[in-house]
Parts: sequence; structure tokens; C-alpha cells
Amino acid sequence: MGILEIRDLNLAIEGETILNGLTMDIWEGHVHALVGPNGAGKSSLAFSIMGISGYRNVEGEIHFKGEKINELSVAARAQRGITLAWQEPARYEGLTVEKFIKASPKGKDGLGVEEALKALGMDPGKYLDRKVDSSLSGGERKKIELASILAMDPSLVLLDEPDSGIDVASLERIFEAIDSLKERGVTVLMITHSETVLNRAEHAFLICCGSLIDKGKVDKIARYFGEECVPCDHKNHPQLNGERAIGAGGERE
Amino acid sequence: MKTDIDALYKAAEIEEAISDPRTAHLVIDKDQVAGANEVEGLRVDPTPIEDGVEVAITVEEGAVIEKPVHMCFGVTELEGLQKINLNLRLEPRSKVGILAHCVFPQARDVRHVMDAEIDIGQGADYSYLEKHVHSPSGGIKVVSRAQVNLAEKARFHTDFELIKGRVGDLEIDYDTRCERESVMEMTAKVNGSGDDRIKIDEKGQLLGEGARGVLNTRVAVRERSKAQVNNELIATAAGARGHVDCKEIIQDEGEANAVPIVTVKHPEAHVTHEAALGSVDEKQLDTLMARGLEEEEAVDLIIEGLLS
Repeated sequence: MGILEIRDLNLAIEGETILNGLTMDIWEGHVHALVGPNGAGKSSLAFSIMGISGYRNVEGEIHFKGEKINELSVAARAQRGITLAWQEPARYEGLTVEKFIKASPKGKDGLGVEEALKALGMDPGKYLDRKVDSSLSGGERKKIELASILAMDPSLVLLDEPDSGIDVASLERIFEAIDSLKERGVTVLMITHSETVLNRAEHAFLICCGSLIDKGKVDKIARYFGEECVPCDHKNHPQLNGERAIGAGGERE
Repeated sequence: MKTDIDALYKAAEIEEAISDPRTAHLVIDKDQVAGANEVEGLRVDPTPIEDGVEVAITVEEGAVIEKPVHMCFGVTELEGLQKINLNLRLEPRSKVGILAHCVFPQARDVRHVMDAEIDIGQGADYSYLEKHVHSPSGGIKVVSRAQVNLAEKARFHTDFELIKGRVGDLEIDYDTRCERESVMEMTAKVNGSGDDRIKIDEKGQLLGEGARGVLNTRVAVRERSKAQVNNELIATAAGARGHVDCKEIIQDEGEANAVPIVTVKHPEAHVTHEAALGSVDEKQLDTLMARGLEEEEAVDLIIEGLLS
């Protein structure tokens, strides 16, 4: 049984199928990667797990720690231990970095504001009074968002494109932060189409057109993703070719 | 009487400044001057008038007043009218910053009417922060009118802030005339709730070559409160530059209306404007809720940031 169980998840937005019978399990305390071509439904899946507005009207079931959470608000899901970092973090006029990070309720393992910033290689003296607005680069806001997650005590962290807009040195800090979450027993699901990020995971899922194509060891998924999906014309999508999705069913490999 | 004044100082959080002999201050409780202190280069001349006080302030030529001048206007009683007629004159190359605390902690039926004539001389620099602390009942009407004239290379920066307590009924009407190479920036931040009424009229006239001006407005309207914001910038000279920026967050049954008017009468002048009215941004809200904040807490934090 996984910490997160997704069963036959379907989502349509304005008549377009986004998630198509998706079934998968996320294992507690492990780092997972979710890969797939652009428009595969990766971010939509993360938003559906978090319960983001516009992504709550799903069919199928999402269970977190054995509890069905489909009907819960974003806040209620977060209070149960799920959180999310966006590919492009929100900007807040006037809100300081300190207040933004402090807004995260500090759990028993959560870091203090300064510790969280330092963990991402950011000098608190330089950043605490800065505003979380357009005066910060996208990469800086991304690290600050992750710092706000380090200040929490989550059980499951959804990271949407953790490497997007990030320089090489900062990416290493982000990986270190992910490692520290894992050391705390936190489960991580990274959404990516970067091989560098994929290789930091322990398990991987490949989705295409909203359904699961394959899952299992990272090197297998990386090989399949690299060789069969790029450039993506969906020609290897099993369901589009009348086959059953490879490995679908939630069993652990 | 002393207890009332002490309460005023406390509510305005200016006890320390008032006790510092090197800090100029002026305290007016309803229609009485409760305290005043001048410093070198600054003259303060209060005169009682019916229901209020007329105040003439002069900053002498070349004088730089290092510590901000504290002004406290308040009504500690439940009801009453307070009229303040302010004549402020900054002589050339002088500089002063004023922190005005307008405190009405118990207001049930109070009116505060401020009429200001402000002349900022050549190369002079004036900054003015007006911070209001109102009662939670909203029984107050505030009228703040100012005519501001900026001479060549003068600078004027003002912040109006009403984010503590209920707004009640607020009318701001500022008109600034900016001569050659002068710089003006006016910001108003107001947090409305209940059945508060907010009306902001700000006008900037960029008349001289190279004059620059910015009008910023940040308003939140919640419950049944209403806001009407009219920002107008007129540029009539070469090199004049201006920008109007209005953001209003609307929650519950709140209502907001923004009218940015920009007029350019010279081909080498340039004025821009932006206005954003609406509910709280979904992504901002979802991010904070994904940290465990309830929706109301997240909205409060977003508005606090906007009005900070």
C-alpha cells in the first residue's frame, strides 16, 4: 500500500481529456519522478492531488494515508501533509520572504526561517526583508518556495519542474533539499522532463495523454522516455494503439 | 485631559518621539493644541479656529530637518468635529519628512477634515506619511484635501495609510502641480470592510519639462464596503513622464471602481497606466493554502502584503 493511491483517475477540462484512467501508487519515504512529454498531464495530476481549483472535478479516487481526499479543500489536504511547489511560483506584492516562509505552520521537523533559507544557499540577511514579487528572479522565488516547504512538516511533497529556471549551482542546492526531505522520511514526487532530475529519483512513472505508460526503475523509464517518446508523436502510446498500458495497476516494482 | 492625550500618544505609538527634545512635534486633540516642539530651521505656528486649528509650518531655506517631524491629530472622544487647515511651506533647498498620525480610537460619530496648501520650493524635498488608526466601529468620516505645488526640481513623496480599524467614510482629494524636473509620488493604501465608503481622487499635473509623477493606489474592499478611485495624470511638457498604478482586491460583497485618466499634450511626454481589480489571485491563494492556511487566513496575508 502506498502513502498515495490513485485509482482510475479521469479529468476533463472544457471537454478535453487531461487525465485518462490513471492508476498509480506513491511509496512512503521514497523519491519518485513523473516524466512525460509536454501536455502529458503531469502537472494536472499534481494539481489534482493537491486539490487546486480547476482540478478538483476528477472522477476516480485519490487516497492519502488510506483516506479518500477527493472532496477535501487544498488547506485540508495540506493539513494532512500534502504540499506542492509550482513550476512558476506565485508573486506576492508587499509580502516579505520572512512572512511568506513563516506562513507555513512549523512542524516538529520543520526548519526555522533562516535555516530553511540557508539550506537553499540563500543568505537570510539578504533575503528576509525582500518582497516575494517580481524583484526576485524566478529561480530565487523557486528556492524561497522550497524553503517554505522545508519549514513545514509535510508527508508528501509535489515538486513541479524543480529545475525549471534554475542555474546549475542552485539545482544542486535543490537536490540537497530534496535529500534532506527524504532523510526526514518525507515522500517526494518530482514532475520533470529532465534526465538530470529523473536520475535523482528512486522510482519513476511515465505518462502520456493522461494515462500511465510505464513505471518502475529509473533507468528503464529514462531509456523508454528518451528513445520512444522524443520527439513525441504518441505512436508508442499503448492505449492509442489498442493495447493495455504497460505496468498499469499500481503494483510495486 | 492628560489621560486622553496619553491615550492618543499610545494609540499613535509616538510616546518616544514626543519625549525627544530634538524631534519636532505637534499634537492636536480635537480643537486644542496639546503639545508642540520646534527644532532649528522649522517653525510651527498653530492658531485656534472654530472646531479646529490652523497650522502654518515653514521649513527655512536650506534647512534639513534630520529627524522626522511627528504630527498627531486625534479625537479621543466618541463624537466631534476636527478641522485642520494646514499651510506648509518648504523654502528652496530645504528638506523635511513628516509622520502624521491621525488617531480616532473610540470614534462613534467623528468628522476629521483636513485642508492643506503645500508649497515645495525650488530643489526642496518633502515626504509625508499619513497613518490612520480608527475605531473598530467605523463611526468616522475623514476628508483629506490637498493642493500641492512643486517648484523646479522639488520632490514630493506621500503615503496615505488607513489599514487599522474601520475606514468609515473616507474622501481623499489631492491635486499636485509639478514644475520643471520636479518629482512626485503619491500612494494610498486603504483596507475597507463592513459598510465603509472610500473615495480617492488624485490628480497629478506634470507641467514642466522633465517633470515626473506616479500615482499608486492599493485598496481592499471586503464585506459590503465600496471604493471609487479616480486617478488622473496630465502631462503637458517635453520629457514629462508619469505612471498610474491601481490595484484593488475585492472580497465578499465588496465593490470597487477605478477610473485611470491619462492625458498627454506634448509629443515628447509619456504616461502609462495599469489597473487590476478583482478577487485574490488563485495561484497566490492556492500556494498559501497548500502550506495549510485556511482560505480566510491566506486572503488576510495577501491583503496585508498588498497594503504593507
